[in-house]
Amino acid sequence: MTSKTDLRLSCRNIWKVYGNQPERFFKDNSASDDPKTLCARMREEGAIPAAANVSFDVGVGEIFVIMGLSGSGKSTVVRCLSRLVDPTHGEVILDGEDLLAKSDKDMIQVRRHKIGMVFQNFGLMPHLSVYENIAFPLSLQGSSPGDAKPRVEKVIDLVGLRGREKSYPHQLSGGQQQRVGIARSLAVDPDLWLLDEPFSALDPLIRRQMQDEFLRIQNDLHKSIVFITHDFLEALRVADRMMIMRDGEVVQTGTPAELITNPADDYVAEFTNDVPLVRVLCAHEVIDADAVPDAGRTRVAAETPVETLLPMLAAHPEGVAVERAGTVEGIVTAQSVISALARLSDREDEMPMEAPA
Amino acid sequence: MSGSRIHWAWFAIIGLTLVALGFRDRLDWLMTFPTAWEIPFTDWLNTVMAAIIATFGPFFRGFSALMDHPMSWVRTVLQTVPWALTIGLLMLASYAVSGVRLVIFTFFAMFYMVLIGYWSESMNSLALVLISVPMAVMIGFAVGTAAFYSDRADRIISPTMDVLQTIPVFAYLLPILLLFGFGPVVGLIASVLYAVPPMVRNTTLGLRRVNEEVIEAGMMAGATATQMFWRVRVPNALRQILLGINQTMMAAFSMIIIASIIGGTSDIGWEVLTQIRKANVAEAILAGIVIALMAMVMDRLTAQAATARAPDGGDEPGFAERNRYWIAAGILTIVILALAQFFPFLKSYPEAWEFYPAQAMNDAFNYVLVEYAAAIKTIKTFALFYIMLPVKSGLEQTISPFSWGFEFTTPMKIGFAVVMTGIVAYAALRGRMNLAIGIALAAILLYFGITRLPWLSVAAVMVLLALQAGGTRLAIGTGLGLVFLMVAGVWPETMVSFYLCGIAVLLSFAIGTTLGVLASENDTVSAFLRPINDTLQTMPLFVILIPFVMFFKLGDFTALLAIMAYSIVPAIRYAEHGLRGVSPQVIEAARACGCTRMQMLWQVRLPLALPQLMLGLNQTIMFGVAMLVITALVGTSDLGQEIYIGLNNGDFGVGMVAGIGMAILAMIADRMTKAYSRKGQAALGQA
Repeated sequence: MTSKTDLRLSCRNIWKVYGNQPERFFKDNSASDDPKTLCARMREEGAIPAAANVSFDVGVGEIFVIMGLSGSGKSTVVRCLSRLVDPTHGEVILDGEDLLAKSDKDMIQVRRHKIGMVFQNFGLMPHLSVYENIAFPLSLQGSSPGDAKPRVEKVIDLVGLRGREKSYPHQLSGGQQQRVGIARSLAVDPDLWLLDEPFSALDPLIRRQMQDEFLRIQNDLHKSIVFITHDFLEALRVADRMMIMRDGEVVQTGTPAELITNPADDYVAEFTNDVPLVRVLCAHEVIDADAVPDAGRTRVAAETPVETLLPMLAAHPEGVAVERAGTVEGIVTAQSVISALARLSDREDEMPMEAPA
Repeated sequence: MSGSRIHWAWFAIIGLTLVALGFRDRLDWLMTFPTAWEIPFTDWLNTVMAAIIATFGPFFRGFSALMDHPMSWVRTVLQTVPWALTIGLLMLASYAVSGVRLVIFTFFAMFYMVLIGYWSESMNSLALVLISVPMAVMIGFAVGTAAFYSDRADRIISPTMDVLQTIPVFAYLLPILLLFGFGPVVGLIASVLYAVPPMVRNTTLGLRRVNEEVIEAGMMAGATATQMFWRVRVPNALRQILLGINQTMMAAFSMIIIASIIGGTSDIGWEVLTQIRKANVAEAILAGIVIALMAMVMDRLTAQAATARAPDGGDEPGFAERNRYWIAAGILTIVILALAQFFPFLKSYPEAWEFYPAQAMNDAFNYVLVEYAAAIKTIKTFALFYIMLPVKSGLEQTISPFSWGFEFTTPMKIGFAVVMTGIVAYAALRGRMNLAIGIALAAILLYFGITRLPWLSVAAVMVLLALQAGGTRLAIGTGLGLVFLMVAGVWPETMVSFYLCGIAVLLSFAIGTTLGVLASENDTVSAFLRPINDTLQTMPLFVILIPFVMFFKLGDFTALLAIMAYSIVPAIRYAEHGLRGVSPQVIEAARACGCTRMQMLWQVRLPLALPQLMLGLNQTIMFGVAMLVITALVGTSDLGQEIYIGLNNGDFGVGMVAGIGMAILAMIADRMTKAYSRKGQAALGQA
């Protein structure tokens, strides 16, 4: 779904290596080595590769999720994007410009105008009120309070904080505090929006609400987003495409359905085990290959989740037609859904079913 | 070094010490450090100082003259403003930062100064604080920031602050005097020097503790380096920085009397000193209370301001609402100034209305002194003969028909040795090596006395202790420090300091910890002890000394009691805090296991609170050393006395060497107890 024309961010072979003079590993073109071999060499020599040869693209308006457990390097990668952490090697290209080539002074301008970031533990200024926290990036740019006001008011409404402007962070619940964090990151209307485990510090119920809020806001704004999480289900809920990381390396990149239907290895498959398939699979992925498409049936969009299809299939035993951009792609029947679910569940459990003797 | 090897080292020291003591009549160099090995630090220091004065003297004098202006300006303002207005404004400030209770306290505390007729002197002292605190705060903030940004700077700044805080103030009064000349400004500079370290420490700490995510949020908002500092780091560190200001202010107050020694005129510190010199006990106490009260008011004011939280969000406050306290202050000023025109007593309080109970107090003291003379004398002799002298000079010298009522005969001496050897051997056979070593050392100490032990043994014991507590580096540092004390020729004085402070600290720690245990179990005890602790801690050190001088005259015993009175406070506080801080889960688990009260205390709470207790011991020692210097006034013969002599004779070298010696002693004790505390914490997994 990303074509070269509407690419926002492109990460090329990002490495972040901690230890003594990590640049030495890249002096003699070792970067062209196999990353696994290079990583092993680094560890042997006492250096720690926190991000190893990470590459991905984010299109305009796309939500790209980086998923991994703690220590997988996902937070390092997102910090490399804004150069809160300077990558040891690689390229970060935002709107055609290489951020790693920029001076510190230019980077300040990039952060002021093009990138917004939301933090796991909110990172709010405890001495500033909600309003002042949100206006903080604008005031750092030197805009007068009067100039900043309409913009601040707008994001306050956007995140639903109206009425709490005078409160201080310590007087708010976690969910409310993260709304402030979100509003602050959007105050300068950035093109690239980074969210580092934004909902991980919240209770499950609130987390769910905030995910919905987040999707609603994105529906209005169409930002280009890099979203970090350790929660696979959260990744599935919000991602257009996602990337799974482990020990600093990329394990697999793809749409959620691709990951589930075709996991690259056991590590990815491990995550997909608990996934409720009916939520992830879409209509076009459960098409009955044998059925002949015809025009007379009820039509559904290709991206309709199977969960939504179920009541429809109950009402239409003959099946429904799946369409994309006006053309029918195929037919979904109750039988085809069950077959698809059975096929995927069976593979995931990796327990061959025993036929009755 | 492994456990058993260290045990052998201990036994070797004990053995060699006994051998050395056996030959002590013949081997003089073992007992007293040979004069031939001494290095004339004193002369060197005096030479250097003379050179500095000759070269930079005018510069320092010029600075001194320059500082005279703001100083006298603030004095004039505080003197001219009617007392009623000053008190009124302070009460308003109390209301702004806290509430009605602080307002009432402020009123009574400040009015006390008016009532006993010390208003003018009090304001002169306040001027000193009001000038020295902003200076110390600015310097401390700048230095602390430098230490935060540069590790290299921190490596110099941190130990310098250590030294500034551990060298007794007396020791650097003289160089300041020599450089800056005589007068109030000298007191000011001494105050600033003493008050800077807490500001530096808190600034660095505050800046370091700012949440990493907040910093990142600041960077993502596009903060430049300057914006990062002033708009992200400083506001987030503000609470810690305000705490630093509060501590700086307290330090400045504690310098009021000492500053008066070199530059006091007509301020309250001078008043206290004069009264002490005239042995006017009641007058000195009445004046000393002024300083304590003033310090308490300022402490409450700044502490409240530091911890105050922003109010809950409400409507946009209008101009009047936002500036209500300033408006109130303006109105108050006009009203009181107007009233003072008609009622002159608001401006200068009539002498006839003063209340000065010194005479009555002195009469009461005298009555007690006369009435209980016998009891007082008994206490003093008992402590002297049974506790202090044995430690100082040993049982061997102390026991005589005159003191203990019998002769210390040879069979008794042999008996003592046999019994002690038996106990040590028994402990060693049971495998309690540390206990055996401790008892053996204590027995030797008691028999010969601390001032009559071979210098080499004392040094070896200290180095080995340091090795056990903190490893090789601490042992080397300790060794070097001790070598300085020896070659500088102040070893005998050091041992007297060691003995005085040692007994005082041990007793304070034992009594204080017991009280702390009681306070941790009983809220009434805790509530009873708290104001006593507060008072002892804010009372100027000199004033604490006074009642003991009154009852027990001059001498080591008075010094001992004064040191104890001051150093017992941290022992109580840390014990209570540590015991109350034991996790409730652990307590519950222990109770579920069927612990009795005593088992709970001895097997659960005390072991878990041990690191805190060690920190308490550390503070007890530090407080003890601080008081030790002051007790030179009652005629001890230790390092403190040397410092005092140096100051009185204008001999920079003597005072400085003794001052450094005191600092070395304090730092060794500090590092050792902290190392033990860290070890304990690590063992409990609290580090």
